[in-house]
Amino acid sequence: MPNPQLNADGELQHLLSIEGLPRDIIVKILDTAESFAGVTERDIKKVPLLRGKSVFNLFFEGSTRTRTTFEIAAKRLSADVINLNVAASSTSKGESLLDTVANLSAMQADIFVVRHGSSGAPYLVARHVKPHEHVINAGDGRHAHPTQGLLDLFTIRHYKKEFGGLSVAIVGDVLHSRVARSLIHGLTTLGVPEVRVIGPQTLIPAGAAALGVRVFHSMREGLKGADVVVMLRLQNERMSGALLPSAQEFNKHYGLSAEKLALAKPDAIVMHPGPMNRGVEIDSSVADGPHSVILPQVTFGISVRMAVMSMIVGGG
Amino acid sequence: MAALPDADKLCEKLARELKAVVKPSTAMVGIHTGGAWVAERLHAALALMFPLGLLDPAFYRDDYAKQGLAKDPKRSKIPFEVEGKDLLLVDDVLHTGRTVRAAMNELFDYGRPATIALVVLAERDGRQLPVCAQHCGAKVDVPAGMRLRLKRGADGRLSLELERA
Repeated sequence: MPNPQLNADGELQHLLSIEGLPRDIIVKILDTAESFAGVTERDIKKVPLLRGKSVFNLFFEGSTRTRTTFEIAAKRLSADVINLNVAASSTSKGESLLDTVANLSAMQADIFVVRHGSSGAPYLVARHVKPHEHVINAGDGRHAHPTQGLLDLFTIRHYKKEFGGLSVAIVGDVLHSRVARSLIHGLTTLGVPEVRVIGPQTLIPAGAAALGVRVFHSMREGLKGADVVVMLRLQNERMSGALLPSAQEFNKHYGLSAEKLALAKPDAIVMHPGPMNRGVEIDSSVADGPHSVILPQVTFGISVRMAVMSMIVGGG
Repeated sequence: MAALPDADKLCEKLARELKAVVKPSTAMVGIHTGGAWVAERLHAALALMFPLGLLDPAFYRDDYAKQGLAKDPKRSKIPFEVEGKDLLLVDDVLHTGRTVRAAMNELFDYGRPATIALVVLAERDGRQLPVCAQHCGAKVDVPAGMRLRLKRGADGRLSLELERA
């Protein structure tokens, strides 16, 4: 089956998932993002690349950071951005996803940025758009969040320079996390020799080991010697049933405190995709401490999204 | 066909020519990649006060809609205030003039220079925009279907070469 993300020339047409993306395309996204980082440091943070193009932010699920950074990225490329508050509009009147997209297409859209609670929704949209229209997955169900995964990779490369030789620990609610899934695929594609996931049995997916990761249920063992610690948000809204005794209990065993972080390498970096639950998965002393690169992640997210948009429209 | 001029000698010639025009407000910007090599030479020879700026105008090109993003866009770095400077904009080969237009558009997003003068190692025919070089190393005749390119060897020596377009 052809890769739905690539066109006939093997260039990026849509960004739906890091899984299945060739290594050289991931590296090109990171390199292009690096040159856009130069643009975001100037007084005039704008280039004319996507002048006259329209970007529709289609968020069927709430988000502030991701939607805002997509909007800033598009605006810095000189595109016009239209934010649709989908929950409050047509869908609540019964319109289907594809009808919504067809109507926006009739308004001359060029890029759809889609977030949806159902896994696979952006794939469905990508199958039905016109050849000059492009789809970016901004998070679908528990499946994937590729731009977050890419900005995590960008952050790791920024601070650690190389991927070979790294040990990366992903901690917490891996089961419900599309961020973790996307990052794991990216790390293994780029040749990170040791990817670990740490969490209670109930929050680690059954097939985790098949993704090429080492599974730990103890922070003490899992954090030992790690170069990068990625904390995941405890996703209360995605949890049904009794997977956890309580948030306090979770914090005691799997929350990142300064004392647990001391088990990692002295120059380890701490990442978090946000929004953080302080005192649950991460203590304030760590979130605001010297190892934290959580706010730089947000800044890097803008140049990574600029790179993705310019590559899918211009052929990358 | 006449032999191509020696690129290292052209750099020396340009450096001598530019010495006469350098002012305290002069700063230099090289265009990636070939123009940056030439600019490194000239910048060192002229001992300018301001550090060398490097520009990759990939995000300002007018052929993006047709050809997409350049293969490997580099990060632009202008480590001085552009406002009010007398800029020497350096490229290797002046051909259509489109790179120079894109570079000037990008420069103005950093500030308003007092003047910009174009410095090129070599120029050929084929201008598509009203662009001309104020300082030019040599004029080179390029046969149809060929392209003039600057190469840099492992020893750092520069050379002009013809290759198929």
